Amino acid sequence: MTEELIQKAKILDADRIRRMIDRMAHEIAERQKDLQGLALIGIRTRGVPLASRLAARLGDLVAGSSFPVGTLDITLYRDDLSTVAPQPLLKKTEIDFDLNGRTVLLCDDVLYTGRTIRAALDGVIDLGRPRAIRLAVLIDRGHRELPIEANYVGKSVPTSSREVIQVLFQETDGADEVWILEKPH
Amino acid sequence: MAVTSLRSKDLLGIEGLTPEEITLLLDTAESMGSIASRPIKKVPALRGRMVVNLFFEASTRTRFSFETAEKWLSADSLNFSAKGSSVEKGESLLDTARNLQAMSPDLIVIRHGCPGVPHFLARQLKAGVVNAGDGAHEHPTQALLDALTIRQRLGRLDGLGVTICGDIAHSRVVRSNIWLLTKMGARVTLCGPPTLLPPRIEEMGVAVTTDFDEALEGADVVMMLRMQLERQGRSLFPSIREYFRLYGLDRRRLERAKPGAIVMHPGPMNRGVEIASEIADSDRAVILAQVANGVAVRMAVLYLLLGGHPWEGE
Repeated sequence: MTEELIQKAKILDADRIRRMIDRMAHEIAERQKDLQGLALIGIRTRGVPLASRLAARLGDLVAGSSFPVGTLDITLYRDDLSTVAPQPLLKKTEIDFDLNGRTVLLCDDVLYTGRTIRAALDGVIDLGRPRAIRLAVLIDRGHRELPIEANYVGKSVPTSSREVIQVLFQETDGADEVWILEKPH
Repeated sequence: MAVTSLRSKDLLGIEGLTPEEITLLLDTAESMGSIASRPIKKVPALRGRMVVNLFFEASTRTRFSFETAEKWLSADSLNFSAKGSSVEKGESLLDTARNLQAMSPDLIVIRHGCPGVPHFLARQLKAGVVNAGDGAHEHPTQALLDALTIRQRLGRLDGLGVTICGDIAHSRVVRSNIWLLTKMGARVTLCGPPTLLPPRIEEMGVAVTTDFDEALEGADVVMMLRMQLERQGRSLFPSIREYFRLYGLDRRRLERAKPGAIVMHPGPMNRGVEIASEIADSDRAVILAQVANGVAVRMAVLYLLLGGHPWEGE
């Protein structure tokens, strides 16, 4: 992002984020069918902490089980590769378990146009044939450009298209916070 | 400062790259590497992009490697080899290039026996140009895959001692490697018979010797070059037996290098000429890792040259 963004408001703090992830984990645990062979895949960069936190909470909630967590880089699947500048930096996809027959829970910080999720779906399907793919996002900010919806949402935040949602995680940014930023006029 | 894109539309040589660009290429190649181990070895990143592989000189490894990289990134590719083409019918290089341009390719990968041909094309064409070897000048993707292999095995390039031995005079691989290794902080020692050492090569910032044992002392990496008999007009050394005795790498000689030293060869190998089979087939040799890394490096080059760029849409 080259242009300066103005911090408008902090909408969530660490405690709220913890309780939201807690609630999402409970919702996932309630869907017994999905728990069979469930694997979590975080979309780089901030889907990754969400995936590992959900997996940790699920491990607490469902006695005697643990769920594998992987990391997906969607750069090579983007539909805007030839138009974005600067070019996105390619990072590694790290999924060291077999996806065939599993239920995959894709995790991302913000659901916006749906194009990232479209790319992630293609990326996951190239790695195997999951039984089902679900989507968990911390923030759903609307403005969809594709028919994609999340199965688990931390919080829906109505936004204008001039606004930007910034999710910060301890693991990637040193703090758990969600901010609304605004592009200057 | 870390960079996220290359400055040029072309990759003509290592000479024109900054250390940051080299690091970007290697990091990107590192990420590309995992595609080889997937069930579906294809990503849609370069869908709809057209790449022309223009090979005026024989090549198996490099051409296959580029073709594989293009296929795995979903680019459309056309192969052109000088044999059986319009070049044999007397077409000039510039006319060939203009005809290609008329088909609006996005990138041209070229190998040619004359140094500077890729540079000439790059000036003439709107498409990007990748040098896949021009005479004895440069072969940038080979140097990048060598560097990636070294970095994977030894963890770094900075501060390493790299000994390159053999037919220095006829090697484009060695020139690209010298540029890359010296830019990245490695110490390079060249070694070979005096007839195969070009004059003033030490001005490239390398040590030069004709004594192989001395050159091997304390090396972290030993890179053996192919004896390019087809490029040598006349005999430049008395016999292959004598050459192997003085400059061939065998187990006894390798003991002079560091204990964990790795052995590289750009291929194709002449066993018993520059390298003994006992070394080529040992776990010290990383020759097949070099080949595997070749695809990853070429994917990185294609991706970085054909992905989004600030000058597009102007």
